[in-house]
Amino acid sequence: MQRLNIVITGHVDHGKSTLIGRLLADTDSLPQGKLESVKKMCENNARPFEYAFLLDALEDEQKQGITIDSARVFFQSQKREYIIIDAPGHIEFLKNMISGASRAEAALLLIDAKEGVAENSKRHGMLLSLLGIKQIAVVVNKMDLVNFSEVAFNKLKIEYTEYLASLGVKADIFIPISARGGVNLIEHAPQTPWYQGKTVLEVLDGFESIEEKANDDFRMPLQDVYKFTRDNDDRRIYAGTVSSGVLHVNDEVIFYPSLKRSRVASIESFNTEVKSSVKENEAVGFTLQTQIYVKNGEVVARADQSAPKVSNRFEANLFWLGTKPLELNKPYKIKIGSAQSTIYLEEIKRVIDGDTLDSDDEPHVSRHEAACVIFRVHDLLAMEQFGENQKLGRFVIVDEYDIAGGGIITEVLEQYTTRRTKALHVNTVLVDKAGENAEFEEELFALLRKHFPHQFN
Amino acid sequence: MNHLDKLEAQSVYILREAYRSFPNLAMLWSIGKDSTVLLWLTRKAFFGHVPYPLVHIDTAFKIPAMIAYRDEIAVQWDLNLVVGQNKEALSRGETYPDGLDRLSCCKKLKSDALKYTLDGTWARRKWNPYKKEWEEELNGAPYTGVIVGVRADEEGSRSKERVFSARDEKSEWDASTQPPELWNQYKTDFAPGTHVRIHPLLEWTELNIWEYIQRENIPIIDLYFNKGNGKRYRSLGCYPCTAPVDSEARNTQEIIDELTSGKFKDIAERSGRAQDKDGGGTLERLRKEGYM
Repeated sequence: MQRLNIVITGHVDHGKSTLIGRLLADTDSLPQGKLESVKKMCENNARPFEYAFLLDALEDEQKQGITIDSARVFFQSQKREYIIIDAPGHIEFLKNMISGASRAEAALLLIDAKEGVAENSKRHGMLLSLLGIKQIAVVVNKMDLVNFSEVAFNKLKIEYTEYLASLGVKADIFIPISARGGVNLIEHAPQTPWYQGKTVLEVLDGFESIEEKANDDFRMPLQDVYKFTRDNDDRRIYAGTVSSGVLHVNDEVIFYPSLKRSRVASIESFNTEVKSSVKENEAVGFTLQTQIYVKNGEVVARADQSAPKVSNRFEANLFWLGTKPLELNKPYKIKIGSAQSTIYLEEIKRVIDGDTLDSDDEPHVSRHEAACVIFRVHDLLAMEQFGENQKLGRFVIVDEYDIAGGGIITEVLEQYTTRRTKALHVNTVLVDKAGENAEFEEELFALLRKHFPHQFN
Repeated sequence: MNHLDKLEAQSVYILREAYRSFPNLAMLWSIGKDSTVLLWLTRKAFFGHVPYPLVHIDTAFKIPAMIAYRDEIAVQWDLNLVVGQNKEALSRGETYPDGLDRLSCCKKLKSDALKYTLDGTWARRKWNPYKKEWEEELNGAPYTGVIVGVRADEEGSRSKERVFSARDEKSEWDASTQPPELWNQYKTDFAPGTHVRIHPLLEWTELNIWEYIQRENIPIIDLYFNKGNGKRYRSLGCYPCTAPVDSEARNTQEIIDELTSGKFKDIAERSGRAQDKDGGGTLERLRKEGYM
């Protein structure tokens, strides 16, 4: 059975957990006895039963009545299996919402019919667009509190559609529901005769699973190089997960940014038939016809296809989750594909305020804010613009030990260099660089690989 | 790619990410189906090799067949097996069969044994696959990355785990301060004294595990199968607290049938585990203190 990852987001108390709890209960997706045991627990504690309690399984959450972290909930319709990610709506837990949403292929944005568009309805809409989630349906909850009014529904629909459009997000689907009452979740409800659209379950089943596009050029971030000497295994295996395209035995490959080349000798795998090719999303390994020394994090491409861009400067849309504000010229760590390097904030071009989306007078990026920025990287890295290749066009920033921000590359900029004039073409510089220290580099790598087989990136 | 291919690829990616990020990496192997699938995925990720030690916490109350199976597979697959045990609690009789309550027993024989085996405070028994003999390791280096086979569908608090999840100096988990985890970028940096738990199976369900065992023909321990008495284990643990379930399933296919259309379609997997039932939030409390 196919599986789809869905995230449900929205402002705190707009009823996300209730919606999921109710969906699970109404489609018989709960384990036997779960509904009864939660009802009994409520009885014992003299509290009214809430469908949300089915999800808010953590003790702390039941005490405070809010969702702290993104729970994964497994759920099945006639059509397929879902992992529903219940993302917290409280501002304090925005990082958890983003963690949940980044795994999703489609999203439901929940809005309270009575309270209307709230701060996080806006912020979440913006973040979904930054995360690259294109399939979004808006669910207007608590319609019972506005007497299932078509006017109220349409007013909200117009207001939020305009807001989302300003972010470049297109939401065609708006569903009036009452999660607590089970209205328009599975079946069309008599309370909203004016609504002819799909129910929540129908909308979920209508979302498309993001399929592999075999036509794209081959790209694979090199995750690691293995040489396990045990049992006289002398294979040197170049391993990684294919981000796009197809690679065959005997294809010529180029590693970026080192520009080293070789041909694929074999595709390696365990407990499968012998493979002659690999494709997008597969976690693979191959050997080469010649032994070359390349670094983890380089991007492998085919010589007969386009090359990834290589630079050390780019413009990005970034959202910041660090407790300390993002600082100019402070060294942070960037992780992109399988590469890591040191990164510096060069310029804040524009702060996108989650609330108003207006430009700020004094640019600084604090916690929970998003901004358009320019970064400078210490090393040359292979990268892509997000619109062209999602997996090589997104990155995270690490401050000290934790991920503190994430972003998408909107433009790969010309390489920054102190020694040469800026006008030099990126690839020209690269060729020179690759030639300069090649011999020393290979010797050093041979030594490092020998003594620290899995210690360097 | 079908759903098992996707799950496999994601888990392999996670294992490779762990292997390149943590200098002192280990995997917990409980002998059960989930961590045995994890062991198989390790061989997938590293082309037949298992390049890190497997830690097994022996409570001394494991079903004896589990220990026999463990040692047999260790020899067959050339594993670096590391065994930890709370010898003190055992010698003092501080266990559930000796009259202690279930939760305190779990804490002593599992959580504490795990914590002090991982950080190297207690002696580790190690199987040396080259010499084919057991050795004792004193003052072993702490493991900074620990791969664990928990699944999100098992129980509430496990559904909120990150793939790479930090544990503080006391091995404790704080669900509310977890750092973000974006796309396939995980927490691979850690402060001195802390360690990271790595969870490659979070998105697998019990059914996925069995489908994969069948597809790959993984030699799983036979306690999961009915051998003629109409009983089998659905989840493995210590014998005083884990009961077999009534089931006719004699092989992997019959277990899959039972889970998809048969008697266990809507019944939670850990229903045979007594410690989950002692009051609400029990497993979460155990997990905060370092339980798997």
